[in-house]
Amino acid sequence: MSDHPLLSVKNLTVQFPSRGAMLTAVDNVSFDLARGEVLGLVGESGAGKSMTGAAIIGLIEPPGRITGGSISLEGKRIDNLSSADMRQIRGRRIGMVFQDPLTSLNPLFTIAEQLVETIRVHLPVSAKEARERAIGLLNEVGIPAASQRIDDYPHQFSGGMRQRVVIALALAAEPELVIADEPTTALDVSVQAQIIDVLKKLCAERNASVILITHDMGVIAETADRVAVMYAGRLAEIGPVRSVIKDALHPYTKGLMGSIPSLTSTDDRLVQIPGSMPRLNNIPEGCAFNPRCNQVFARCTKERPELMHYGNRNVSCWLYDEATTEAPA
Amino acid sequence: MSETLLEVRDLTRTFDMSKPWLNRVLERDGKRFLRAVDHVSFTIRKGETFALVGESGSGKSTIAKMVVGLLPSSSGEILFDGAPIGTGAGSSMRAMRSRFQMIFQSPFASLNPRWKVRDIVAEPIIAFDMVQNRQAQAARVAELLELVGLTASDGSKYPHEFSGGQRQRIAIARALSSNPEFIVCDEPTSALDVSVQAQILNLMRDLQDELGLTYLFISHDLSVVRHMANRIGVLYLGALVENAQARGLFEDPQHPYTQMLLDAVPDVDMTNREREEVIGEIPNPISPPDGCVFHPRCVKAFDRCRVEAPVMVATQYGEAKCFAAENVRKAGT
Repeated sequence: MSDHPLLSVKNLTVQFPSRGAMLTAVDNVSFDLARGEVLGLVGESGAGKSMTGAAIIGLIEPPGRITGGSISLEGKRIDNLSSADMRQIRGRRIGMVFQDPLTSLNPLFTIAEQLVETIRVHLPVSAKEARERAIGLLNEVGIPAASQRIDDYPHQFSGGMRQRVVIALALAAEPELVIADEPTTALDVSVQAQIIDVLKKLCAERNASVILITHDMGVIAETADRVAVMYAGRLAEIGPVRSVIKDALHPYTKGLMGSIPSLTSTDDRLVQIPGSMPRLNNIPEGCAFNPRCNQVFARCTKERPELMHYGNRNVSCWLYDEATTEAPA
Repeated sequence: MSETLLEVRDLTRTFDMSKPWLNRVLERDGKRFLRAVDHVSFTIRKGETFALVGESGSGKSTIAKMVVGLLPSSSGEILFDGAPIGTGAGSSMRAMRSRFQMIFQSPFASLNPRWKVRDIVAEPIIAFDMVQNRQAQAARVAELLELVGLTASDGSKYPHEFSGGQRQRIAIARALSSNPEFIVCDEPTSALDVSVQAQILNLMRDLQDELGLTYLFISHDLSVVRHMANRIGVLYLGALVENAQARGLFEDPQHPYTQMLLDAVPDVDMTNREREEVIGEIPNPISPPDGCVFHPRCVKAFDRCRVEAPVMVATQYGEAKCFAAENVRKAGT
């Protein structure tokens, strides 16, 4: 195997033209993903997390486009491929799971037709073999009586079962990377727990890496090995999930963690971050978080912090700048 | 114990899901009914927050709509301060209507996009004839906007100029404008980001302390409910399965469904608490299982659960509808 990480995103920038100005939805984002690793990409609406996922699989809707940086899969750039070449990768080497299972399944075709088609596009197997594979996949994702239900249409399945079918579709061609964009957001909490278990188990069995995009820190805590926190298109903090959740460095991550009501805490008030995330046409100078930060100082309003190494993770905050010259705590 | 503000007795709502008449005749099919709310009873005391939790289809929003009179009930009673809430008109109903208000889930759908914020907030004031002149009305609107953390000048803007959290503040200001005692909050934060949710939840608690409000809080999110409620009712397939004091419910859930819901909540604190796997899915509400409706998914189910429907029995912190909980109680006493 090569010594490249499975996926390497470097200085990725995605921009949209709007009324003469360029809006930056993803701003200089860099991270690596190892084989078999689950990376959580977390942030609130408009943080750029879905856009980052869309950029990796080459599905940014025009007029938006990647205006800077690179995305490499096993050391080979995939951000500048032709759409025909990208189709060879999308679905085959990178699988996708979207939020709403109803929009990712075609209502006019049975599950069997959709799975068999996906398998045969990417793998050299006969129709019969593909169908057997499809039934095997449905069994694995936990659909009862898979050999009968495979000929049903999507509307005959419940929401949770549909999302299981979507996971089966994403894994049909044995991809090395699965991008799951809010896979459980449309589901009830008890169904969510089941779907997370299925996704986690199947990807671990196949040693597939996962980028899990979500706004829900709870889902991240359950699933991810590492977590990247995004704010206003930029990475605020990236590190091992336990460290980020238990001992956040960036003031935004701290505020975000404090604002989550917990089943165990008995505090009367939740930590609240004043204000809301800036709109893309109105991102403050310096650190994008500075108007809402409770530890802001002069440098934050002028200079933009880039990711800097601190302890076991990277954080983009000037509070940790001098600290990097000392021994890591 | 403080006095009861809202009492719901045996509230039931069925929806007719039958096929059209001709199809029924041709296919020799009978009528089919969906019981969205099934003999639900609870009381809410003045100044407390009572929460209803449940998954999609558990009937929580249907109850909310019936409580504020937006939907007639099929049977049962809703008493507000001792008087029945109907959906009819009449001056007594009008007077009562100003005493309760509702906050909806999506502040994108609940605010008229063509009205200015000050008109949205003033509408209940005008509808209930609560001020004499326009100056008083403007002053009241300004006061309300400041109460919810906006500024008086925001009144001249339109809803689209605000973020989701700010819009929910406008919805709260409108709900407060008729000086209500009781507010029904139907998933007030589930359309919001978590940091904004924290702002709104804190605001709602502050307003409750300041104005002595009583809340009926509907949510699917147990951790939000844990944070807000004094007492909690857990709904499954339209029926209340457990109704208990908040702390007790979380520390020692009596109904297996409550336990399952708690186990399904992601462990954001990473405490590695012990959890059971979730089994199965909510059955089709048109043909619910016999006996206890939860028995196909229940780890504690025994023969009796499959044939006989349990009734509410008293538990340490409230009541639960489960034979297993009943046995625990008998063994304990």
